[in-house]
Amino acid sequence: MGARCVLESVMEKRIKSLRMEDITKRFPGVLASDHISLSVDEGEILALVGENGAGKTTLMNILMGIYQQDEGRIFINGEEVHFKGPDDAFKAGLGMVHQQYMLVPGMTVTENVALGYKQAWKPLKLDLSMVRDRVMQVSQHYGLAVNPDAYVWQLSVGEQQRVELVKTLCLGARFLILDEPTSALTPQETDELIDLLKRMKNELSIIFISHKLNEVKSLSDKIAILRHGKVVFSGSTDDYLPRQIAAMMTGHEITLPENKEQDFNGETALSIKNLCVRSDRGFLALDGFSLDVRQGEIVGLAGVSGNGQRELAEAINGLRNVESGSIDFFGTEITGRSASFIISQGMGYIPEERNVEGIVPSFSIKENFILKDSDRPPFAKHRIISRKAVSDNAEELRKSFDIRCPGVNTPAGSLSGGNIQKVILARELTRSPKFLIAVYPTRGLDMGAIEFIHQELLKKRREGIGILLISEELEELMNLSDRIAVIYKGRIQKVLNHGEANKENLGILMAGLKEEDDNE
Amino acid sequence: MNRNFKIIYKLSIILLAVLATLLLSSFVLIILGADIIQTFYTIIITPLTRMGHLSEVLVRAVPLCVIALGVAVAYRSGIINIGAEGQMAMGILGFTTVALALPDLPRAVLLPFALLASVLCGGLWGFIPGILKSKLQVSELLSTVMLNYIAAQFYSFCLRVPMLDPAEALSGAGTPQSARLTASIEIGRITGRMHYGILIALVLAVIVYIFMWKTSFGYKMRASGAQSRAARYGGINVAAYVTVAMIISGAFAGLAGGIEIAAVHRRAIEGITNNYGFSAVVVALFGMLHPFGIIPASFFFALLIYGSTLTPRAVGVPANIVEVMQGLIIIVIVTTQMILQNNYLEDKVYRWWCSKKDVKEA
Amino acid sequence: MDLIVNILAMTVPFSVALLLASIGEMFNQRSGVFNLGCEGIMAMGAFLGMLIPFSVGQGGHVSQVYNVAGLLAATVCGALLALFFGLIVITFRAPQGIAGIGLQMFGVGTAGTLFRHFVGGTQSIPGIPDTPVPLLSRIPVVGDIFFSHNILVYIAFLLVPVAWYVLFKTSWGLKVRAVGSYPRAADSMGINVNRTRYEALALGGALAGLAGAYLSVCQVKMFSDELIAGRGFIAVALVYFGHWHPVKIMLGALLFSFAQTIQYNVQGLGINLPYEFFVMLPYVVVIVVLAFTSKDQTSSPAALGKPFNREIRT
Repeated sequence: MGARCVLESVMEKRIKSLRMEDITKRFPGVLASDHISLSVDEGEILALVGENGAGKTTLMNILMGIYQQDEGRIFINGEEVHFKGPDDAFKAGLGMVHQQYMLVPGMTVTENVALGYKQAWKPLKLDLSMVRDRVMQVSQHYGLAVNPDAYVWQLSVGEQQRVELVKTLCLGARFLILDEPTSALTPQETDELIDLLKRMKNELSIIFISHKLNEVKSLSDKIAILRHGKVVFSGSTDDYLPRQIAAMMTGHEITLPENKEQDFNGETALSIKNLCVRSDRGFLALDGFSLDVRQGEIVGLAGVSGNGQRELAEAINGLRNVESGSIDFFGTEITGRSASFIISQGMGYIPEERNVEGIVPSFSIKENFILKDSDRPPFAKHRIISRKAVSDNAEELRKSFDIRCPGVNTPAGSLSGGNIQKVILARELTRSPKFLIAVYPTRGLDMGAIEFIHQELLKKRREGIGILLISEELEELMNLSDRIAVIYKGRIQKVLNHGEANKENLGILMAGLKEEDDNE
Repeated sequence: MNRNFKIIYKLSIILLAVLATLLLSSFVLIILGADIIQTFYTIIITPLTRMGHLSEVLVRAVPLCVIALGVAVAYRSGIINIGAEGQMAMGILGFTTVALALPDLPRAVLLPFALLASVLCGGLWGFIPGILKSKLQVSELLSTVMLNYIAAQFYSFCLRVPMLDPAEALSGAGTPQSARLTASIEIGRITGRMHYGILIALVLAVIVYIFMWKTSFGYKMRASGAQSRAARYGGINVAAYVTVAMIISGAFAGLAGGIEIAAVHRRAIEGITNNYGFSAVVVALFGMLHPFGIIPASFFFALLIYGSTLTPRAVGVPANIVEVMQGLIIIVIVTTQMILQNNYLEDKVYRWWCSKKDVKEA
Repeated sequence: MDLIVNILAMTVPFSVALLLASIGEMFNQRSGVFNLGCEGIMAMGAFLGMLIPFSVGQGGHVSQVYNVAGLLAATVCGALLALFFGLIVITFRAPQGIAGIGLQMFGVGTAGTLFRHFVGGTQSIPGIPDTPVPLLSRIPVVGDIFFSHNILVYIAFLLVPVAWYVLFKTSWGLKVRAVGSYPRAADSMGINVNRTRYEALALGGALAGLAGAYLSVCQVKMFSDELIAGRGFIAVALVYFGHWHPVKIMLGALLFSFAQTIQYNVQGLGINLPYEFFVMLPYVVVIVVLAFTSKDQTSSPAALGKPFNREIRT
C-alpha cells in the first residue's frame, strides 16, 4: 500500500533526483553489479561508460525493474522506490531505450506503443485510435517523425530508434535511459541524435550508456565509469580527455594495433561479380554486389548492419543460395557449391553468431576444434576418430591461444564470449586457411580480447592471407584495413584506400549517399 | 561452489523427481481407490520373483531396447521419432511378406533375408518423415504420428485381405492374421518365450555406441542434432544426416518388428506393436539417449509393461496405468534435466544454503 | 445431389472437435507455446464429459443439466491439464515437443485407465440432441448443411469471429501476440510474459477439453480408447495449415472433416476400395498439406517453442 502511494505521488511530480545506492546483483559465477552507487539530477545527462561486460546494462535493467537487485536501494526525490517490473518504473516516469530495440516486428508502431499504454486497455476493446493520437502528439512535440501505421519490420534502423524514443516518451518518461543508442547508426545519424538529446535535456534527465568516448564527451555533463561491476570513477565530463577516460575504462592503456604494412601485391584471392542473394524474408539482400580481395590484404566492409553483410558471408561460404552472379575463389568457381567443398578449398570463416554458429555449445572444447575436420587425418582414420589426436590438438591450441577454461572437456557453450571467440579463431587459423572471412569478430568483447584478435588478423595478413573483415566499428575498420568497401542495400557504394577513409566520408556512404551528390 | 553441495543438490533433485513421479501416479491410483503399495509391488517386484515372469519381462525388453536405440540415434541427430509404432508395423509386414513368399529357402538365407526386409520396410517408413523434415521443414512430431495411423490401417488391411490365413478364410471366422510362418524363419528360444533376440539387442547397443561416439559419421550426426547451424557452418550436410538418422531409426523399429515375429509370435497378428514405439521414446530418454543407459532402461520399462498386465487381476487396476506412468516419467525427466541445467537456480539455492550454514555456525 | 448434401451436412458437425481444439491451439501457439499434449487433453475431456451423464443415468435418459455439467467438467479439466503443462514448459522451460508427448501419453493413459474402472466397456449415452434452428433449418440444402445441428456446433462456429476479435482487437490479444513473437520486448513494456502464456494455455486447454467432450457427448455419444484417433495432433497441424489465423483454421477443419466423412459414404460414392484406405485418408491429407505449407514460416510466431528467461541474455 505504502509503495503504491509513493508511486502515484511521484507520477505527478518531476524527477528532481534519482539515486541508486549500493546496488548489488549476482549472476552465476559473476558479480554483475558490485555495490554501485550513482545519482542524477534534473536536466542532467550522465554518461555511463565501460567496456562490454562491465555491468552497465545490468545496472540499468535493475533501475527499470526488469531485474531485481540482490542488495541496495533506489531513491527518487529522496523517497525509496521498489520496482517490481517495468510497469512500476514507467509510472515513476522512467523509460529506457534498449540497445537491441524492443519492438515487435510484426506489429504496427501504434500497436507497439499500445503494449505499454495501459490507459487504452479498455475491458472489451483496445482503443488504438487513442494510442495513435498520443503517438502523433509526441512525435510532433519533439520533432521525431514516425508513421504510426507502419509495421516495424518495414522500418530502417534509424527509424526504429525514433519509434523507440517516441514509445518511451508516450509512456510518460521524464527520465530517459539510452543503452548504446548510437551503435547501429551512421556517424551522421549519430550527430542528429546527439543534437536531439541536447534539446531534450531541457525537459528530461538522461542516462546515456556508451563506450564511444567522443559522444560521451560532446553530450554528457557527468560521467561514471564501470569496470567489472564496480564504479571506478565518477566526476564531471569536462575535466577529462577521452584518452584519460579510456584508460580508466580498461584499467590500463591499450592501444589497438594498426595496419602499417607495405602493400603485399598479392594475386586476387576472392572475386565476387554481380552477386544477387535473397534474404530470409525473400527480398534481394545482395543486389549486384561485386568486390575483389587479393592475397595479403585486409578489405574492410563497412555498413549499417542489415544491408546484406550476413547474406554475403553466408553466400560465399555456401550456406545460402545464390540467385545470380559468381564467386571465384583462387580461380575456382564456388558459386552454389556446398559448404564442405568451399571449406576444402581453404576458406576460413569467423561467423557472426559465435554462440550458435561458431561452436556447438553442448560439445566439449576439444570436439569443437574438429568441427570441420572430423573425417580427416590426423583426427580420423577410415572415419574412426582418434581420441588421442583430438586431445593432443586441443591441449596445444588451448595453450597457444590462451583459452581460459577448466579443461578441454568443458562444454564450449559455458565459456565467456571472448574465450568462445578464441576457440573459433584457434580452429580457423590453425587449419591454415588460404583466405579468411571475419564477421563482426570483436562484437561484444572487452579490449583485451579485441587487441588479441586484431593482432592475430594482422599476423595472418603478414603471412600473405587475404582477409574480408565485415564490421560496424569504423575505428576497427580504419585501423586494420588496406581498403574499405562500403555496402549499402546490397551493393558496394565505393571502395576507399587506407588513407582516404575517414568517419565523415564513410558515414555519408553508409547512409546511401554518394560523395559526389553531397558536393553538388 | 563446493563439491559436496553440488552432489547433494543433484541427488536431491533426482530424488525429488522420483518422488514426484510416484506421487503423481499415486494420485491416479487414489482416484481408482486402489491399494497403492500393493499396486507398485505388483508392477515392480512381482515380475522379478519367478523365472516365468522374468522371461516375459525380457521378451518385452528386446523390442524396447532395439527401438529405443534407434530413437536415441534420431534424437541425438535432432529429430524426434515418435513413429516407431508405424515403422515396426511396416517391418512386420516386410518380414511376413518374405517369409510367406519364399518359404522353401534354407534357413541361413531366409532368416537374414526376412530380417533385411523388415529393416528396409521400417527404414522406408522412417525415410518419409526424415525427408519431409529436412527438405520441407515438416514437423516430424506431426508427420510420424500421422504415419502411425496410416501404417496401422495398412497393417489391418494386409492382415485382413492379402495376407489372411487361408485357414481363417476357409473357416469363415476371418480373424485378421497371417498363416503360421515356416519354421525356418524362427529365432530360437532360451527359456520360456525368452529368445536369442536379446543377443541381437545387446550387440546393436555396442554398435550404436561405436557408431555414434567413435566415428566421424556419428560425430556429424550428433553435431547436427546439438546445434544444426554450427554443423552447417562446419560443412556438415545437416539435411542428409538428419534424413539418414531417421532412416536408421525406422530401420531399428522395423528390425524390432521382424525379431518379434521370428522369435515370439511366428505369424503376423493384430496388436504386436503393443505401444512399444511410444514406450521406447520413454526408454531412450530414461536411458539418457546413450546405448549403455538404454539397456537397463529397457529392462526397467519392460518390467513396468509386464507388471501392469498383472495388475487388473491382482489389484483391480487397469493395465493402462503403465501409459500414465510413462507419460509422467517423460514429463519428469525433461523437467528434471532443465532444473539440473539451471545454474541460476543452483546459485540461488547455494546462497540460501550458505546463509543457513552461517546462521548455524554463528 | 442428396449424397453431396449428406456429406456436407456431416462435414459441418464433424469439424467441430477439430475446430475447437485448433482454435485453442492457435492461442497457445500465438503466445509461443507449442502444446502437442492436445491429444491427451482431448482424451481426458472426452472421458470426463461422458462420465458425468453416464454415472447419473447409467446409460439411460438424463436431464440436460448433467450433459452440460459433463461439458463444463471437461473444459475445466482441460484448463487444469494445460496449466500443469505450463508449469513444465513455461516455469521449468522443458522442451515443448517432447513434454507434449508426455502429456499426450499421460492424458490418453489416464482417460483409458479411469474409463475401464468407472465405465468398463463400450457404453453409449443419449448425449445432447440436435437442435435445428427454427426457420433457417427449413431452407432446402443450406438448412440441412448448416442449421440442423447440435447447439455446440453453432457455438463453435461463432467462436471463429470471436477468436479473431480477441486476438486482434483486445489488449489481451495484443499481449498474446507480443509474447509469442518477441517476449523480451513485451517484458520490457511491463507485460508478464509467463503469466500471459499461462492464460493462453489455459484457454487453449479449456477448448481442447471441450472439443474432447463434444466428441463423446454430442457427436459419437460414447467413449472408447480410439475415440480421439489423432484429432489432437491434426488440430496442431491445422494451426500450421491455417497460418495462425482463425478463419483459415476453420477452412482447414472443414477440409479435414470432409476427408473423414468420405469413409461413411463410400457405398454411395460407388468407390471400390477397402475401407482401411478411407480411414487413412484424413491422415494422408494432413501429411500432404503439411508438406506444402510447412516451409512458409513467415507468419509463424517468432518465439514459438522458445521458453522465456529474462535473466539469460542473448
